Amino acid sequence: MDYLPTLVSEARDAIQAAQSVSALDELRVRYLGKKGEVTALLKGLGKLSAEERPAAGERINQAKQALSAEIDTRRQQLENEALNARLAAERIDVTLPGRGQSNGGLHPVTRTLERIEGLFTRIGYDVAVGPEIEDDYHNFEALNIPAHHPARGMADTFYFDTTRLLRTHTSPVQVRTMKSSEPPIRIVCPGRVYRSDSDLTHTPMFHQVEGLLVDEDVSFADLKGTIEDFLQAFFERDDLSIRFRPSYFPFTEPSAEVDIQCVMCSGKGCRVCSHSGWLEVMGCGMVHPEVFRHSGIDTERYTGFAFGMGAERLAMLRYGVNDLRLFFENDLRFLRQFA
Amino acid sequence: MKFSEQWLREWVSPQLDTQAIADQITMAGLEVDAIESVASAFSGVVVAEVLSKERHPDADKLSVCTVNDGSGEPVQVVCGAPNVEVGQKIPFAQVGGVLSGDFKIKKAKLRGVESRGMICSASELGLAEDTSPGILVLPSSAPVGGNFREYMQLDDMTIEVDLTPNRGDCLSIKGLAREVGVLNRLPVGGPEIQAVPATIDDTFPVRIDAPEQCPRYIGRVIRGVDVSAATPLWMVERLRRSGVRSIDPVVDVTNYVMLELGQPLHAFDRDNLKGGIVVRLAKEGERLVLLDGQDVALKSETLVIADDDGSLAMAGIMGGENSGVSETTQTIFLESAYFTPLAVAGKARSYGLHTDASHRFERGVDPQLASVAVERATGLLIEICGGQAGPVTECVHDASMPAPRNIVLRTTRLESALSKKLASDDVTDILLRLGLEAESLAEGWSVTVPSWRFDVAIEEDLIEEVARVHGYNNLPTRRPAARLALRPANEATLTQRQLRNQMVARGFQEAITYSFVAPELQAAILPDAVSPALANPISSDLSVMRASLFPGLLRALEHNLNRQQTRVRLFETGLVFNGHLDNLVQVPMMGALVCGAREEEGWSGVKTSVDFYDLKGDLESLLALGGNQDAWRFEPAEHPALHPGQSAQLRHNDEPVGWIGTLHPQVGATLGLKVDAVLFEVRLDALSEGRIPAFEPLSRYPEVRRDLAFILKQEISVQVLLDCVRVEAGNYLKDIKLFDVYAGKGVAEGCKSIALGLTWQHPSRTLNDGEINQLVDSIVTQVRVKLDAELRG
Repeated sequence: MDYLPTLVSEARDAIQAAQSVSALDELRVRYLGKKGEVTALLKGLGKLSAEERPAAGERINQAKQALSAEIDTRRQQLENEALNARLAAERIDVTLPGRGQSNGGLHPVTRTLERIEGLFTRIGYDVAVGPEIEDDYHNFEALNIPAHHPARGMADTFYFDTTRLLRTHTSPVQVRTMKSSEPPIRIVCPGRVYRSDSDLTHTPMFHQVEGLLVDEDVSFADLKGTIEDFLQAFFERDDLSIRFRPSYFPFTEPSAEVDIQCVMCSGKGCRVCSHSGWLEVMGCGMVHPEVFRHSGIDTERYTGFAFGMGAERLAMLRYGVNDLRLFFENDLRFLRQFA
Repeated sequence: MKFSEQWLREWVSPQLDTQAIADQITMAGLEVDAIESVASAFSGVVVAEVLSKERHPDADKLSVCTVNDGSGEPVQVVCGAPNVEVGQKIPFAQVGGVLSGDFKIKKAKLRGVESRGMICSASELGLAEDTSPGILVLPSSAPVGGNFREYMQLDDMTIEVDLTPNRGDCLSIKGLAREVGVLNRLPVGGPEIQAVPATIDDTFPVRIDAPEQCPRYIGRVIRGVDVSAATPLWMVERLRRSGVRSIDPVVDVTNYVMLELGQPLHAFDRDNLKGGIVVRLAKEGERLVLLDGQDVALKSETLVIADDDGSLAMAGIMGGENSGVSETTQTIFLESAYFTPLAVAGKARSYGLHTDASHRFERGVDPQLASVAVERATGLLIEICGGQAGPVTECVHDASMPAPRNIVLRTTRLESALSKKLASDDVTDILLRLGLEAESLAEGWSVTVPSWRFDVAIEEDLIEEVARVHGYNNLPTRRPAARLALRPANEATLTQRQLRNQMVARGFQEAITYSFVAPELQAAILPDAVSPALANPISSDLSVMRASLFPGLLRALEHNLNRQQTRVRLFETGLVFNGHLDNLVQVPMMGALVCGAREEEGWSGVKTSVDFYDLKGDLESLLALGGNQDAWRFEPAEHPALHPGQSAQLRHNDEPVGWIGTLHPQVGATLGLKVDAVLFEVRLDALSEGRIPAFEPLSRYPEVRRDLAFILKQEISVQVLLDCVRVEAGNYLKDIKLFDVYAGKGVAEGCKSIALGLTWQHPSRTLNDGEINQLVDSIVTQVRVKLDAELRG
């Protein structure tokens, strides 16, 4: 029995010295297991007198519990150390860039077209599209531009033969839509258009968005309101000044060109607006009765308005692009700027 | 059209400055493009007289002159101009004066001779473009010592208006003045034009054989004109300020009257005309040498002015070289005619011509103007060149003259079109000042359109006139009202926007390339492609319509590779054009191209280049977007632009709708591309076709998985193996995973090992080993029989 304190002290040292959970498990077996050294002492109790036995038993059990608790504590300690060591070893540089495919981006013209479409579809316009190789009838005749009309000189047309051509505007989609559906009609028609012109400020292909609204009691005031709302929404400028200038398009009467206060200089005058403070951004007007007649729409009952704009021009103003030709070079260094 | 502000103000002069007039007419639809001073800014220039001229003692080309500049003392000046002569009145820059470019006139010594001032040329004063060395010689009536600017009335502006094609009536001072008068509610004046009575009997016969094209032709003989007379400086100046160069007095007068009134005129040399004037259509192939020296073969629809010997001029477009006025001309035959817009429209362009006359006749010249214009021109000609006028010969076909148009303008229509009530008197005033006769009716106005307004034909035209003069910006604004009707929306259809966004999410930049490409490029990529070619391309590089998106994408790749961009991921959507014009299809497609590193260069060590399967993965992600992958198959097939062993045709519901593959190395070499690229293009309609999800109950019973590896010949595609396995695997096969492809050690030469993980599950019971074993046996047997493939041991 006198052996117990020595044993306990020896066991304690061993527990504190243990460097792994498995070493601790071995110590538990060695001291507290069924055949363990402390357990063996319990077996020796029978040699003691009946009076001594309870007290000795008590002492041994206490020693067992104390050692067991010590093993648990040490175990916890070792596990914490191991975890900390692992965490320390697993430290990474979280400022390194992430892995995997980076995003691409939409072309700025598409981005602009989608924005315009979005503004109009949200208030009930549909998107309509049409062929790019058109015929003379849809591109000119049905829009009140007969052969030899001086307005044909306004757009230099790419021809395939005497009647087939690349559409010079998205207006043929108007004609096709009016022929195939009944008022009320509310559409926007985005798409590629072509004119035989190539210099600093013209590319032979560009994009337009055409809008058309046909209904009963549509007036010039509705056109003005729609255009003003649109331009202010597009440029996110409630105070954008807008003016309507009389102009001429064979397919609208009255016709107007729309100027906005220069968004580059806020109307003070700069290179972009040729120091006038105004930028021409759209053409529009009330649908010409002749166009309605070509499409079989009753001109006494229905009126309507149409408008058209160049997507590249709006994109240039919106994003500050200073060279039109960049849009079609597809230079990644340019395209990536619009992601 | 360019015009001088001063000239306009002679007709109508509102209390507005130049900019305000420009703004006003711009806002009325006559867009002002530019405003420029008619002369450069200079000061200290007076009218002086040359008193003496001596040779410079030390310079052959210089003369030493004295001039009287009104200061009282003769002033000595050295002059280099060859045309300086004693007695001339000239513009003289005094010492202290400043010419344009801040050029200060100082006392100087030229080759040792003192010079105090400078005799100026027109170009030095900003009065002429050309820099001919001659000084400007002024009329002898010029007041010595007078301020040159004032004498020349140089405080004037040239205003350039960009007129829309409907406003031919404004291509003259008279027409512009009418507009300005309307806008300012001012009366419009102008010079009084009186008929010039005939002083001789000479006439020249005129016959119109094409009255539809030329309903009116007026001619007049003027005898004894001195073509060598100088055009007066005031006229030269007005022409110059209108952008027209002075040629000779006859041409100058015809141009002047055209600018003033809007009537193009033509003068023939009477002595070169034979028999009589005939206005007729040309005979096909008839030759005519034009004023500009061009020898053209006329087309039969061209209207010509002819005499007994043949055509003399293209009517309303350009005169002929042989019948025009020259230095020897003594008698002229003056033409003032009305050619209808249709007779001239498009004709000039068909010969590559565009003249001031054709520009006006195409847009419509007032048919009533010809007789006034001929009198105005006669008067001016006789004033300048002398001579005597014969009586006017007028040939007119009333039946072909434009009939006066009468339009009813309804108050209700006007108000509903503009959403505004306008005072009836204001409307009447606008109409009257525009020169329209407006008679009040119960429902509005009965309006008679004047002969010069070709563009006013219907009620809407009148509404525009009223709105325009009233001012678009003074009209109300409102928002259209519409019924909130829901419209059908097809849930299964993917939008282009969704497809594009998926490509963007997969790391692609969107490209937009031209729809027309170089034919050689297209032929190199698609030798058998048929697509329409432009008749008038802007360059041969952009002359055939693309039959595929590949050419444009490959050009964009080349552009980027040339700019050190080696990792390229591009896509494009747009139409491709297949077939001849008569069986043409315009198909919306999506195409993509990848090239270079699989991932952006980075620290994580992926340095491999993209291959077929990278782009296939991107494409499959598009196909999966609509949940309808099962409709798609990749069939090994050959495409001229693609590597024959790495290309597949895409089939959607068994219909061919696109291609994917690695660029054929030979095609790459032809295009000068030194890199491998992978491309696809697919019809957008097929890509858009998704499905509406259909729920299947989840089974509560366990899945059973068996892994099978087959050794099969290299040339047998995985698709064939999968198809064979699926047929035998029964109804409860849930999934096949292809988890390994191996060729090499342990697998016979020419063979590959394909490992499949098959998963079965029954909806309402547990599958037992027996049934699964049976299915596996039948799979193995059928694969052996059909594909000659063995289970890997």
